[in-house]
Amino acid sequence: MKPSAALARFGLGARPGEFAAASSAGVRRHLAHQLAGPPDRPQFMTDLPPSHRTVAEFAALRKGSDKDKRRFRRQARELLRREARARIQAAVDSDRPFVERLVAFWSDHFTASALKPEVLAIAGAFEREAIRPNVLGTFEDLLLAVTRHPGMQLYLDNARSTGPNSRAGLRRGRGLNENLAREILELHTLGVDGGYSQDDVIGLARILTGWGLERGRGRGAGPTGHFGFHPGRHEPGAKTLLGTRYGEGYDEGVRALRDLAAHPSTARYVASELVRHFGADEPDPGGVAAVASVFERTGGDLRAVSEALLDLAGEPKLRTPWDLTVAAGRALEVDSVGCRALLRGLDHLGQSPWTAPSPAGWPDDAAGWAGPEAVVRRVEWAQEAGRRFGRDVDAVSLGVDVLGSRLRPTTRKHLVRAADDPATSVALLLASPEFQRR
Amino acid sequence: MPKPTRRDLLAALAASGALESGLVDLDGFFGLHPALDPLAPLVEAGQLRAIHAVATPYRKRSHFDAQDLLEAGTAVPHRARDGWLARTLTHLQGTDAVAYGQTVPLLLRGADGVGTVSGADDRAEESLVASLMELYETDPLLGPALAEGLRSRDAADAALTEEDRRVSRRARGPRAGAAVGRLLGRLLAGPDGPRIAAAELGGWDTHAAQGTSAGGLANRLSGLADGLIALRDGLGPAWDSTAVLVVTEFGRTVAPNGTGGTDHGTASAALLLGGAVAAGATVADWPGLTQPDLFEGRDLRPTTDLRAIQAGVLRDHLGLDAAALADVFPGGPKPTPELITS
Repeated sequence: MKPSAALARFGLGARPGEFAAASSAGVRRHLAHQLAGPPDRPQFMTDLPPSHRTVAEFAALRKGSDKDKRRFRRQARELLRREARARIQAAVDSDRPFVERLVAFWSDHFTASALKPEVLAIAGAFEREAIRPNVLGTFEDLLLAVTRHPGMQLYLDNARSTGPNSRAGLRRGRGLNENLAREILELHTLGVDGGYSQDDVIGLARILTGWGLERGRGRGAGPTGHFGFHPGRHEPGAKTLLGTRYGEGYDEGVRALRDLAAHPSTARYVASELVRHFGADEPDPGGVAAVASVFERTGGDLRAVSEALLDLAGEPKLRTPWDLTVAAGRALEVDSVGCRALLRGLDHLGQSPWTAPSPAGWPDDAAGWAGPEAVVRRVEWAQEAGRRFGRDVDAVSLGVDVLGSRLRPTTRKHLVRAADDPATSVALLLASPEFQRR
Repeated sequence: MPKPTRRDLLAALAASGALESGLVDLDGFFGLHPALDPLAPLVEAGQLRAIHAVATPYRKRSHFDAQDLLEAGTAVPHRARDGWLARTLTHLQGTDAVAYGQTVPLLLRGADGVGTVSGADDRAEESLVASLMELYETDPLLGPALAEGLRSRDAADAALTEEDRRVSRRARGPRAGAAVGRLLGRLLAGPDGPRIAAAELGGWDTHAAQGTSAGGLANRLSGLADGLIALRDGLGPAWDSTAVLVVTEFGRTVAPNGTGGTDHGTASAALLLGGAVAAGATVADWPGLTQPDLFEGRDLRPTTDLRAIQAGVLRDHLGLDAAALADVFPGGPKPTPELITS
């Protein structure tokens, strides 16, 4: 594996000097070494409010007058911006970019999009609390953390799903909502061809009734913002999922999720998503089988699974706007003020953090990003970034530094030709076919 | 239990408060949701046909597989890398198409001459663009996309006013429909404008708080109606020779779910609008709504293949012959006749 290609495929684009560090250790070891220890949690992230506090604080505003609702929207958007700044700063600064890539991958695999008003204020906290701490643990723990998190409970409507024969169901005529159960099976675990039926969707929905947000004590108290299990909404009796019977109660829901995490279809589906992301738009079946077998052998140990990705064949993929923006931030060593400008550019490119259009997340192939208007905007973005960050930069040496042997002679020639206009020269570097890919 | 009559249904809807403002009557039996009231003049003019109990061949309930199949026009998901409208384009020499947004949806992927449009109008410097055209020369992805994107921007410059762009930049949520319709109408009607356009409006996944005559679904429908009217107005006289098809990947459950919404279903309704549309009653082999009538006991049963409607429009509006239709919808059903004025 060439260092320049490996750091692009498994990293976020090199910071100046990163190649030297990688080459001295050997690039595979350098990348595997990043997986040691728990994921980083930079100081500026720990300063952000926990989701439970945000949910509890905003619950009253969301139910209040029109003025309160406007205030909620304004404050929620501001919180999302603060979260986005922390996320991009972490990615730009990271000396474990492989781990940041994994955070983004799993955050997308388990999308909880801020496009839904209930999620707007806590989409960033969802990633910090449910995804980030678990990307190097087991898939089972990650699935449990995600499914219990208010972000996911609210995004896919499970917080109000009620067993039709539960106390609340009988008293108030409420019933099931299938949304979360279906997407757990289709998008989070087995995959759409993983061998489940409509009856299994309903079975899992029944199992997960009562999972939602804890309410404070006393009449009329709002949510505390923590996860809570409500026996009064839980469907009584036995349920069936994939031929297995589950009894009543919260623990049986946990057991169902553990069984889904351990299902062979989950290993295959998760492996194919990982191979698409780190390998190629069309996942290579051999690579998928290899990663799936590590997943199964290790009981879904995501550190081992991630390390197995390093042995995959792959081809350069088009960078998503997020990857592109972070790569530019790293190459140009952008500071926290610059990160704000990077986020504005990212919005123009259509991928503001946590605003994926559906539970399936963002596209993970070139066709989803390389549209005509999208490529014109990438060029405009490169020009803007060159003007803002490139005025004192020697694009030729920067190109060598961050692209290494990926820098083509043709591109280098154009960078040299534009050298007396550094902003344009940097724009050319950022827009070059090799910088646009990873 | 006897079959509920139409009167029973209307009475139930009225009792639930869903019919406060009344349906827009189509043909004495079917009617449009009150939020689609802006379309009443089109109904009046015989320029709107509804199609009901219609579905693609897909019978499961995954959004993403259903959407893939809706756009690919195939019988099985993930079988085609091109869309049925792109295949249509290849049979219409020299015809351009445009998609609203930054990228081309599967529907229009796989054909030449497919541009994109959004409200943006910043311009990169010509010298930078010229250098990049050289750098992208051998790039199979970025080269063609940049060339097409620049062409699309030129087409938008020729057709759009500053006001069009301003409106479209501010478009968000359900109200985006009107901006999208206006932009596409202007572009289609422009000199050398494209002949075919596609746009997507999201937000129909109403699992909770769907509402009735007001609420989440009503807001979306009202945005859709505004968008269609804006499209008509943007097209001007070209509306008279236009056909617009409004389709969705699947319907919703007939009964509400436990949280005031509906879960993923099967058959749904489609709309065909425009000056080229033949006046007539709703196209429906109505399956009924009693429990045994429902598909898998929960969804509206599909009785019309959406591809028959699409093929009818392609044949009678765009003049595709049988061989071309077989290529656009491999193994598809016979085209539905008499949807388009002769």
